[in-house]
Amino acid sequence: MIKKYLLGLTSILLLAFTLQGMTHEAEPLQSDAAVEAQVQRLATQLRCLVCQNQTLADSHAELAQDLLQEVREMAARGMSDQAIIDYLVARYGDFVRYKPPLNKTTSLLWLGPFALLFIGGIGLFVMLRRRQAMQAELPLTAAETRQINELLK
Amino acid sequence: MKKALIPFVLFLIMTGFLFKGLFLNPREVPSPLVGKPAPAFSLPRLDQPAKTFSPKDMLGQVWLFNVWASWCGACRDEHPLLVELAKTGLVPVVGMDYKDTATDAEQWLTERGNPYLLSAVDADGRVGIDYGVYGVPETYVIDKAGVIAYKQIGPVTLESLRDDILPLVKRLQAQ
Repeated sequence: MIKKYLLGLTSILLLAFTLQGMTHEAEPLQSDAAVEAQVQRLATQLRCLVCQNQTLADSHAELAQDLLQEVREMAARGMSDQAIIDYLVARYGDFVRYKPPLNKTTSLLWLGPFALLFIGGIGLFVMLRRRQAMQAELPLTAAETRQINELLK
Repeated sequence: MKKALIPFVLFLIMTGFLFKGLFLNPREVPSPLVGKPAPAFSLPRLDQPAKTFSPKDMLGQVWLFNVWASWCGACRDEHPLLVELAKTGLVPVVGMDYKDTATDAEQWLTERGNPYLLSAVDADGRVGIDYGVYGVPETYVIDKAGVIAYKQIGPVTLESLRDDILPLVKRLQAQ
């Protein structure tokens, strides 16, 4: 009886240790809800540079966990969002931000779509004007005039 | 007839851009650290943990700072090249063992040769963050004044060494 009980206890303990081994993620220092909220907010705005198309919040890469930990410590020190972002940009470049800032290298990215829209708009305008002109200049033939008059009677 | 060619020409231009894109490396993110002083740190040495290394120890000479780890696959590719480079004595290479264990690192250097003047140990990756490391290996060229002149992301290759790194090192050494 005792043997059986011991066996059960051992397996539960073993299972517990295994599970503990599997949950390998950076342990949040959840001391402060405000800090944690700031970390979560920033995590969705920062890029994981290893996976490139994921935010820190989405990524499970080790570097992302390290960066998150770094952000958490900075937040705990009372640094503002902007100060933390600036800190990371100084090390990893603008690419670390998920929303790129408007500057010389990103101007094409930001303004390109509007430029294309503008060019497309001009094209459309010119085409419509030309079509209108074509329609206006088309005189009716005698047969067509007769047909219209017939219909309008 | 001419008008019908317009979409085709647009198509060719677009294909040109996409074709060029095939040969670009998305991992090559321009580092904002180039042109800035190498971030200061003080880390224990791998060979003598009681002693520390700091970038200012290298002031007055041009040196390479190579971030490596025994768990890193690409480091395996560049390592023989670094060993060869060390033999030529052209430029000192300081290593930084990134998020590694001392035993694995020591074993790696014993097995493959040690091209480093010394290796600093960045066990928790903190200094790595200061240097904007996100993929090991990474290599920095640091000039006599301690300013980062160049950063190579990914393994050093024969081409990058011959075409970029060594010419730059020579130029900086002549300064």
